[in-house]
Amino acid sequence: MPDAAASLSVSVWRGGPEAGAFRSFDVPALKNQTVLDVVAWIQRNAEPTLSYRFACRVGMCGSCAMMVNGQPRWTCRTHVRKVAEDGRLEIAPLRNLPVIKDLAVDMDPFFDKWVKAEGVFHSSTDRAADIAPVRPSTPARVAADAGIECINCAVCYAACDSVAANPDYLGPAALNRAWTLLNDAKDSGRVAILDAVSRPGGCTSCHSQGSCERFCPNELSPLTSIAGLKREAAWRFLRKES
Amino acid sequence: MLDMRLYMLQRLSALVMAPLVFGHIAVMIYAIGGGLSAAEVLGRTQGSVGWMLFYGTFVVVVSIHAAIGLRVVLAETIRIGRLPLALFSWAVCLGLLYMGLSAVHAVTAS
Amino acid sequence: MIVRPHQGHPLWLAFMLHRISGVALALFLPAHFYVLALALNEPERLEGFFRWADQPLVKIAEFGLVFLLAIHIFGGLRLLALEFLPWSARQKTLAAAAVAFSVFVSTTFLLRAI
Repeated sequence: MPDAAASLSVSVWRGGPEAGAFRSFDVPALKNQTVLDVVAWIQRNAEPTLSYRFACRVGMCGSCAMMVNGQPRWTCRTHVRKVAEDGRLEIAPLRNLPVIKDLAVDMDPFFDKWVKAEGVFHSSTDRAADIAPVRPSTPARVAADAGIECINCAVCYAACDSVAANPDYLGPAALNRAWTLLNDAKDSGRVAILDAVSRPGGCTSCHSQGSCERFCPNELSPLTSIAGLKREAAWRFLRKES
Repeated sequence: MLDMRLYMLQRLSALVMAPLVFGHIAVMIYAIGGGLSAAEVLGRTQGSVGWMLFYGTFVVVVSIHAAIGLRVVLAETIRIGRLPLALFSWAVCLGLLYMGLSAVHAVTAS
Repeated sequence: MIVRPHQGHPLWLAFMLHRISGVALALFLPAHFYVLALALNEPERLEGFFRWADQPLVKIAEFGLVFLLAIHIFGGLRLLALEFLPWSARQKTLAAAAVAFSVFVSTTFLLRAI
């Protein structure tokens, strides 16, 4: 039931990589309304040149993340009533990534770091081989399963102060991916992964602030995955040195 | 900024220090009973090989631990090159080591 | 220091406490070492320092230092447990326990001091 009198006061970041500013809009408040709905309303009714990114609108594609009142959110699944403060919203591009225009950021550094963290599948067989049985109950598979529902939305990357402080830091998402592959019985890249995450900017740059875990929309815990990497990397270091 | 070697050194120095810190806190709580006096403190420590080893070890590990810790904080707070960062870390480590060992020598020499 | 909206949750605060206490302790160490080193050649100045340290304000500052040390060691043990033991679900409890223990230890110190 729309409340005729109510409207939201929304300020939206407009600008390119060099300069920009927040612009304010009054948006009709509805009872059920996501932050992405608000952005779409502004683009359709007030500011046709507003740039932003979205695709699935059901929390699967990971393309619509933005900073909402200073916190990173998947906007398509974030209800306005949960995050608005006195009917006010401040919507900005994701933190820790270069802005292309308005609310769209350049995701390249984010994905480049997945590759740098060896977050890519390392095959050990070919298509002629039999399908390898994977028991879901093994501890390694349980650890991998806990982290595989990542949708690459970069919310954790934007939430992380270690990323902000250290541009070389691979970040929670890439390291979480490295951890799931390390625990994947079909992946043969163990040495490459541990080498990659042991370098400066790897898992040792994490300060366990836990913002990744707090803001992950899929309730994953990159913090736990990175702790796992630290453990594996530390044991390997001790074995190598002794 | 922090490779695996420094990361492990930071953790291992922390592990070595943990019992020493608890010992130090216990000593502090004991020592301030009835107020601090130089004679009382020095009477306990001077000529004692045990206290010399305890606090000597403490000084060595705390110098390493503090230098690595400040190195990380500095690198994450300001823009700084690798060489100045390394020089800073070594200066902190050696400075604390010198001052700390002088202090241990002063209170344990007989 | 301004705590921004994405910060301020328990684990982030535990991180900040650990960092602030660590830097403060590192800055305090040279002064600590300097005063103790007086014992060798200028024991009367050391005694003078101890008398100066009897003032209530200095006592409170000493309490602060013990509190920093306690915060740092319990926060550090929490980190070691979090990183090296597979204890993922208990982090917040550990963080809270670390602060509680620190308060306990340093309050013991304060009560002994006054």
